[in-house]
Parts: sequence; structure tokens; C-alpha cells
Amino acid sequence: MSRKPYVREVPKTTWYFRQGRYMRYMGREVTCIFVGAYALFLLVAIKRLSEGRAAYEAFLEGLSSPAGILFQVVTLIFVLYHATSWFNLTPKAMPVQRGEQFLPGGVIVGAHYAGWVVVSLVVLFLAGVF
Amino acid sequence: MAKSNKPIVWGLFAAGGTLTAFFLPALIVLTLLAALGYVPDLLAYENMRAFAEHWFGKLVLFVIVSLSLWHAAHRLRITLHDFGFRSDTLIASAVYLVAALGTIAAIVYLLRI
Amino acid sequence: MSERQIQLEVLRYNPETDSEPRFQTYSVPCEAEWVVLDALNYVKDHLDTTLSYRWSCHMAVCGSCGMMINGEPTLSCKAFLRDYPDTIRVEPLVHFPIERDLVTVIDDFMEKLNRVKPYLIPKEARTIAEGEYRQSPAELKRFKQYTLCINCMLCYSACPEYGLIPDFIGPAAIALAHRYNSDSRDGGREQRQQVIATKEGVWECSFVGACSEVCPKHVDPAAALQQVKIASTVDWYKEHLMPWGKS
Repeated sequence: MSRKPYVREVPKTTWYFRQGRYMRYMGREVTCIFVGAYALFLLVAIKRLSEGRAAYEAFLEGLSSPAGILFQVVTLIFVLYHATSWFNLTPKAMPVQRGEQFLPGGVIVGAHYAGWVVVSLVVLFLAGVF
Repeated sequence: MAKSNKPIVWGLFAAGGTLTAFFLPALIVLTLLAALGYVPDLLAYENMRAFAEHWFGKLVLFVIVSLSLWHAAHRLRITLHDFGFRSDTLIASAVYLVAALGTIAAIVYLLRI
Repeated sequence: MSERQIQLEVLRYNPETDSEPRFQTYSVPCEAEWVVLDALNYVKDHLDTTLSYRWSCHMAVCGSCGMMINGEPTLSCKAFLRDYPDTIRVEPLVHFPIERDLVTVIDDFMEKLNRVKPYLIPKEARTIAEGEYRQSPAELKRFKQYTLCINCMLCYSACPEYGLIPDFIGPAAIALAHRYNSDSRDGGREQRQQVIATKEGVWECSFVGACSEVCPKHVDPAAALQQVKIASTVDWYKEHLMPWGKS
């Protein structure tokens, strides 16, 4: 009897439509576009700051254009998705073993969320928001 | 098959991912408040200038900008592969080049302040 | 006992006569408590003796009856009909070539499994007279979960990166390497790192996490792979930035 295995090709550009979990994964991965865009945005802000008061204040003015606000709102949404998906996976990457037991994953995730809240409040406080 | 050198960029990706998860949302809220007309004290020119003139302020800004760029660059490389772009060497060179140039630019601008 | 009529759409492929696979639908009278494997066995016994598929233990231990059930990699012995609609689509595990009907060619996985040296390489050889290799419960706990792998290959079917990059060593094999690397009695980590800390090793993983979601034994290969990445990254920095730190 001769063998003739049949190979099913994976569609290279559309595979992620096959399952919801692949779509969620791709959603997580594309957050990098917004993280990168915001990093470049901060870089421009630093450049303007180095150029003096007029350049910096013009940059601040530019933020309040509809495009500027839209960019920041969309970026905030994607960065929040990045942050939550990142924290939710921490117990897998960094499990904590105490004696014969592992710390429940929820504790590790919870500690990250708590740290996140504290860090955010400290940043907002130091920046003079409240 | 030799051990891979990916740890260099993966280390930056992981460090950047953690840093951006903790800090970027709050930073975006700050700039968004400024955009909506409630400019936080820190973002006023004198205060921001004073912050960036101090070596610690420079360090904070540098670490945030460059690690965010390396995180985004590495993940974008993987994501483009997932979307079906197969010229990995070209993509890797391009994204890491942008991250490296951004890192150098951040140093140059910060040293000018 | 209540009976339920299930339409079983099975992907058939006969290498001797077919140029490509095709679906064949069987109408199967099923008992309420059956699993998909029971329905396949009914087809084999009563409707079509030519249907080929692998199975052995019928209790999620042997790992041989993995198939795509309504698009999800699943052990057919663990797929209870009560959890499915009246029409169920059964296909061979994706990312593996089809040998015949639901039987796949698994040579690639077997070769990779062998390559990662999934066995104890003792730190120091002991004679029987010297006694056993002792291990504390805490040391066992460290890797216990990874010992539960039954090599069913569902994780390879779930992993899109394995589908896109066939050279990728993949979830189960790397998780097993991690299992032995984490064993206090083992001294073979460096040998395994030569295999898994490579490009087609752990670095093709992009942490989709699908492997752990489909694993019938809750092995969590995705966790193992991320831990291997972190450990390999620490290794790299030690080897390249602190050459004096090499032992």
C-alpha cells in the first residue's frame, strides 16, 4: 500500500479569522502600533521642549485639535488593552512557588493591578492633577 | 543549531511591555487633559523644562521613550509576520533601526535641554 | 435512556482513490451520555467499516483520539455530545498531514519530542547500591504539572505559529524540555538549551496561549514556554555581558 499524505495549507494572511482566540491575540499584538506611535509622539514633545517655549507651547496647542484628541483617545484604549492583557499573563511567565504550593494566579495578577493603580495615581498626583 | 540572539531584543520587549503597561495609560491621561484644556501643572513649559533639565527627569523620559520604542518594534516585527509579511530580515532591520534612531534622537534632544 | 439523532460530518480521505479530502455525513442514533468517540465507534460498527481513526483508552489518558471537533482541537473521548449541537463536524487535527480519514501523520512531532531529550539526565550517575535520587515534595511540585502531558498534540493543532512555521519545535516538546530542566535531579539543561534556546525553539513562540486553552490535561505549555524565554534571556545576558559569570 502506497502512502500519499494530504497536506492542508494554512492561509498565511487570514489564519486568525478562524478562531476568536486568534482574533483576541491579534488585537493584543496590534496594540504595539499605538505604543510605538505614542513613543514617537513623546519624542516629538521632547524635541519641541528642547527648542524653547514657543515651539513647546505650539505643540501643546496642537494637542487640542480634533485629530490630536482622537489620536490620544484611540491610543488610550489600545494601551489599556495592552496593559490589562500584559498583567493578565504575568502568572504564566512568573509563577511564584511557596513551599509545596503555587501562589494562585489571581493574587499575582491582582498585585500587578494594585501596583498599576498606585503608579497611575502617583504619576497624576506628581503632575499636579490633584 | 546555535542558540539564538533573540534575547537581546526580547529582553527590551519584555522590559518595555511592563514599563508601558504601568506608565503609559497615566501619561496619556496627562496629555489628554492638556488637550482638553486642563493643562496639568507639570506640562506647563517652566515645570516641564525644569523636570527635563534635572538628570533624573532626563533619565525617566529617556527610559520611557526608548523602551516603548523597542517594545513596539519587536512586537511589530512578530505582528507583521503574523499578518503574512514573510521578509523577516528586512522587517526586523527596519523596525529595530527605527527604535535605535529614536533612542539616539531621545538622547540628543534631552542633552540639548 | 434518551436517544438523540446526530449528524456527524466527517472529513474523509482515502490516499488510494482521493485527490483531496471530502466530507461525508453520517446520521447516528446516540445515547445522551455519549462522547463523539462513541458516535464514531457506532459509525465504524454499524454504518461504515472503512472509516479510519485512532483511539485506545476512551478515558483521556492515551492521547490518541485528538481531532478537530467543530473546529476546536479536542480529545473525542472527552467531547460529550450534550455540549454540542445536533450537527457535529469532525476533522483530523490541523497542521498535520492526513494519512487517511481522521488519522494524521505525526512523524514531525515524534522527531521533535525525541530531539529535546525528554528524559532524566542525572547530574551524577548513581549505582543502585548508592540508592535512589531523592526529591522533596516542593521540588516535585515545581514541574509536576508538566509531567501530565499525554502527547496528544492538540496544542500543535491549536498553535498558529506551528501552522505557519513547521520548523517550530512547538508547545508540548518545549514544555517537556522545561519539565526536565526544572527537575532537581536533572543535569541536562545545557544539552536541551542547545535545542530549545534556538530560533526554531522557544523563540518562534509569540505567546498566543491557544496551546494551554486546548490542553486536556491542564499542562499549560504556554506558561512553560514563557519561563523558558525568561531563563534563556537571563542565560544570554550572563554569557555575553558577564563572561566571568560562566561556570
